[in-house]
Formats: sequence, C-alpha cells, structure tokens
Amino acid sequence: MAKRIDVSGLSAYYGSHKAIDDISMTVEPRSVTAFIGPSGCGKSTFLRTLNRMHEVTPGGRVEGKVLLDDEDLYGSGVDPVAVRRTVGMVFQRPNPFPTMSIFDNVAAGLRLNGTHKKSQLNDIVEQSLKGANLWNEVKDRLNKPGSGLSGGQQQRLCIARAIAVEPDVLLMDEPCSALDPISTLAIEDLIGELKERFTIVIVTHNMQQAARVSDRTAFFNLAAVGQPGKLIEIDETERIFSNPSVQATEDYISGRFG
Amino acid sequence: MEITKETAPPPPAVPAAAAHGRRGVTRPGDRIFSGLSRGSGILLLVLMAAIAVFLTVRAANAISQDHGNFLTTFEWDANTTPPVFGIAVLLYGTLVSSVIAMAIAVPIAVGIALFMTHYAPRRLGGPLAYVIDLLAAVPSIVYGLWGALFLVPHLQGLTSWLDQYLGWTVIFDQSNPGTAPRNLFTAGILLAIMILPIITNVSREVIRQVPAAHEEAALALGATRWETIRMSVLPFARSGIISASMLGLGRALGETMAVVTVLSSSDKLTAHILDPGGGTFAANIASHFGEATSLGRDALIASGLVLFVITLLVNGAARVIIARRKEYSGANA
Ligand SMILES: Nc1ncnc2c1ncn2[C@@H]1O[C@H](COP(=O)(O)OP(=O)(O)OP(=O)(O)O)[C@@H](O)[C@H]1O
Ligand SMILES: [Mg+2]
Repeated sequence: MAKRIDVSGLSAYYGSHKAIDDISMTVEPRSVTAFIGPSGCGKSTFLRTLNRMHEVTPGGRVEGKVLLDDEDLYGSGVDPVAVRRTVGMVFQRPNPFPTMSIFDNVAAGLRLNGTHKKSQLNDIVEQSLKGANLWNEVKDRLNKPGSGLSGGQQQRLCIARAIAVEPDVLLMDEPCSALDPISTLAIEDLIGELKERFTIVIVTHNMQQAARVSDRTAFFNLAAVGQPGKLIEIDETERIFSNPSVQATEDYISGRFG
Repeated sequence: MEITKETAPPPPAVPAAAAHGRRGVTRPGDRIFSGLSRGSGILLLVLMAAIAVFLTVRAANAISQDHGNFLTTFEWDANTTPPVFGIAVLLYGTLVSSVIAMAIAVPIAVGIALFMTHYAPRRLGGPLAYVIDLLAAVPSIVYGLWGALFLVPHLQGLTSWLDQYLGWTVIFDQSNPGTAPRNLFTAGILLAIMILPIITNVSREVIRQVPAAHEEAALALGATRWETIRMSVLPFARSGIISASMLGLGRALGETMAVVTVLSSSDKLTAHILDPGGGTFAANIASHFGEATSLGRDALIASGLVLFVITLLVNGAARVIIARRKEYSGANA
C-alpha cells in the first residue's frame, strides 16, 4: 500500500556537522517526487532519513519527525529494521548481493520476512522481475549470479529486489547515474509504471529526468560549503521548471548556478 | 642454410634504432640492480633445489632401511637394530590435534572479528585488537609452559565431565578415568589459543574490506545486524576467512614446543582423544633429534617431508575451495 510521507522540522547530523536543516514537506502517495540540487546539499542524506538508513552511518543522528501516514518513523519504540521493510531503497551504484543468484537476490527480502514456500517465492520473484522489466532478459538464467548482469540489468535487479517485498515507499538515490542512456530510459519508463503502486522519491542530477518522471520537484540548496543544506521550494514539476517562485531555483535550473 | 640467409628479410630499421636508443640510456645503477635481483632469484632457486634434493635423498635412505612399514608402523624406534619406525601415530596425532584446534579457533576468531568490526563500540575495538596482537607475540615455548603447568591441571575437571556425559561417543571416553589430560584434546586446545590471533587478525581485515554498499543493500531490505552479516558480510569475506584459517592450520600442523610440553608422547593410536599419549610430526622431531643416530636423523627428515606434503595439500585444498566460488566472489561486482 502506497503511503503519504509527512516530514516536519527534520535536521540530520554527521557527528557535530549538520548536513540538512529544518526540512518540512509532504509527499503524496502514488506520485513521483524528484529531489534536485547542487552536490553536497544533502539530498542523499535527507533521502536516507526517510528509511532510517542515515543512522547506519557512524555518528549519524536525526532530529524532527517523519510520518508515514500517521506513524512517526522516529517515534520511541519504532524498530528501524521494521521501517526499512516498508520503505525500500535503490542505490546509486547497483549493489546486488554478489554471492547470490538472480533468483536469490530478488527473494532475499521475502526470506527475511519469513516467506520460504518455494511456489510462493517463484511467483513473487517472477512478478517482481516482470515489474522491473527484467524478466525476459533473465528468465533462463535465474540461477546465475546477479553480478554477471550488465550495470543497467543489475540496477533493475535491485529495483526488483526492492519491490518484491511490496514496500509502501520506494526511495531511489540517483538510480541512473551509473547507466547508459538506453538503460536510463528503461528505468524511467519503469518508474512511470511503479508509481501506480508505490510512493516514489528519486534523487537526480539530471534536470530532464526530473522533468520527465516526476510529478513534484523539490529543490535543495546550501548557503556555502560546510553550511547545512535547506529545502528551498517544492512544487509541481511543471511549475518548478517553468515558473519557480524562488530566484535561486530558476538560476539552478537554467544553469546560471554558482 | 645459405638460402635461408639470403631470403631472410633485413631487420626493420626503426626497432633497431629504438633498441639502440634504449641501450643508450641504460644507467649503470639499473644494470647493477637488475643483475643483483636476477642473481638473488637464481640463488634462491638453486638453494631450494639443493635443500629439496638433500632432504629427499636422506629420507629415501631412511625409508629403504626401515624394517617396519613407514606409513603404517606405530613405533618410532629408528635408533635400534633393526630400525623400526612409522608415521601412523604422528600423522593421526597431527591431524587430530589440528582439527580440534581449528574446530575451536575458527568460530571464536570469526566471532571476535565480527564483534570488533560490527558490534563493539569503537573505544573497545582498539584495546581488543592490541590484546590480540599481544597474544600473537607470546613465544610458543611460553605457551607450552603455560599449557603444561596451568592448562593440564585445570582441564582435569572438563575432561572428567566430558568422559562422564559424552563418554558414549567413544571419542570423549577416557579408558582410565582420572588420568592427567596430557592428551591430544589438551594439545588441540592449546594450539587453538596459539592460532587464534592470526585467524582473528586476518579475518578482521577481510571483513573490514566488505564494501559498505553490500551491507547497505541488506540493511535497506530490513535485515537485522546478524542477517546483514549472514547475507552480505560472511559470503563476501568467505574466501578470505578460509585463507586466514589455512594460515592458522599451517601453524597448528607445524607447532612443536607447545605440543612437546603438554602431550605425554607415546606410540599409541586411539580414537579416545582424552586418553594420554600420541604424538605429532613436529613434536616427535624435536624430542628425538638430540639422541638420534645418523639413520635416526634421516628418518626424522622423512617424517618432516611428510608434514611438508600435508601442508602443501591443505593449502591446495584451500585454493580449490576459494577458486570454486570465484564466480560468486564479488570481485566483479
Ligand atoms: N558519511 C559521511 N560522513 C560525514 N559527512 C558526510 C557523510 N556523507 C555526507 N556527508 C556530508 O553531508 C553533506 C550532504 O551530503 P549528501 O551526500 O547528502 O549530499 P548530496 O546532495 O547527496 O550530494 P551529491 O549530489 O553529490 O550526491 C555534505 O556536506 C557531505 O560532506
Ligand atoms: Mg547524493
């Protein structure tokens, strides 16, 4: 079930360094929200606070609230492991489990959740690989290692792995930045299909990509190197790219940045 | 001959010139260094060949005069006439004590390595690593003395307990309950302590090399810390941990003084590992070399060669295990 994300007053730290400051935003279910902004402004950091991956980094610390529908992800008594089971993540570099076969990669999350019945696994793995538009390419070699696929295929394998557990939200951190244009298009199409079922947040450095895939776009910026990143504005993607309300956004989008 | 000479194409001019140019810039320092390194390489090979020939000749000499069967005889009476000696007890004792050592040391070492990399707070990791390095620096004769004076008396209780409750397995049955545990089991425990540091240190380094991306892949799927270790860390570190264990096994197989001091050596071969007695290759060489006759020494050399072959086989097996999983090793990820 796709869920709404409601962030309020969120700051994240690496030790004593504040990486993002006081971010508030709402992400609607079954929509794609793109995060754009200059390097180092905290897009990845913010994304990782949405599934409690930020605290995995040594010294990582978060203040503020993230509501998933009505549940506070940072409430006391909330298990970060359970959060990560409902908020899936796809990383910048494809990272299939190198020691596992293609099948086992997709089944990994299901097995963690306690699904072990072979017939059920078979069904879900096939559905997920089809959902990630990878089925036709790998159906004859499901027992081969996932690391033997091309980069684009590996990234779609990671998407299949993430959607196999039916998360509420899917977070993607520059999922196409290590891929060629054809694989990139394949993944963009896929995002269009996946948003029917999931709430999707995607970080990208590619303006055209943000414009193509997202419904809403959030622009982040930082005042100076070493300063925390801030959310400058979030709006309909069309508006951000045609008529943003903040000058800095327009400067960034039109390449007059810095 | 003449025809070939005539039809042979003239050497191309450019490479010749290039060769000239290269020869022109060769510095005397380079020449001396390259000569030195080639020389030491050759010297090493010659030396190794000489050692191999020497050992093989002496070993063959001993085995040809053996009145027992070198492989199946239990006794080691190489100084008597006729000489009767065999490696059965030594082979068995070496393998059993090393297997016990590995069975104890590998899980503990991997556990400590995982604790230091994934569980311990950072201010604890440093001191722990230091203590383990310290363990590695203790000379083996000190371990041997500690084993004989402390471990043997203190293992009496454990030995009796094993005999009483697990005696039905035969392995843990003591033929004469209450005898001092100067047995292969104690030797195995002592060896485990001695090889623990090397296995721990190498495993820890290997586990540190596991890319964060692999661990994050598991974490982001909702894996707990232990599940992450099982899904990402151990598979990636597997071949490295095997290598680490082989380093430890190599040391356990060849360890001398520690075994000499805790084991009451005898030419007994028994499945009851809690019964005193038995022997290992290295310990046997150390305790017999002093009073050995010329033939006795050759016989010990022969047993040393067998130990060397075992070590080679063990390393080869490890390589095979590692290579078989190479496709999945993650090196190409
Ligand atoms: N592991 C870390 N330890 C300490 N500081 C970090 C760490 N990761 C990121 N930072 C800091 O946090 C800030 C935000 O980094 P972040 O990776 O979120 O930026 P980003 O917007 O994703 O950049 P990019 O577009 O280059 O991916 C930067 O100042 C960075 O130096
Ligand atoms: Mg980033």
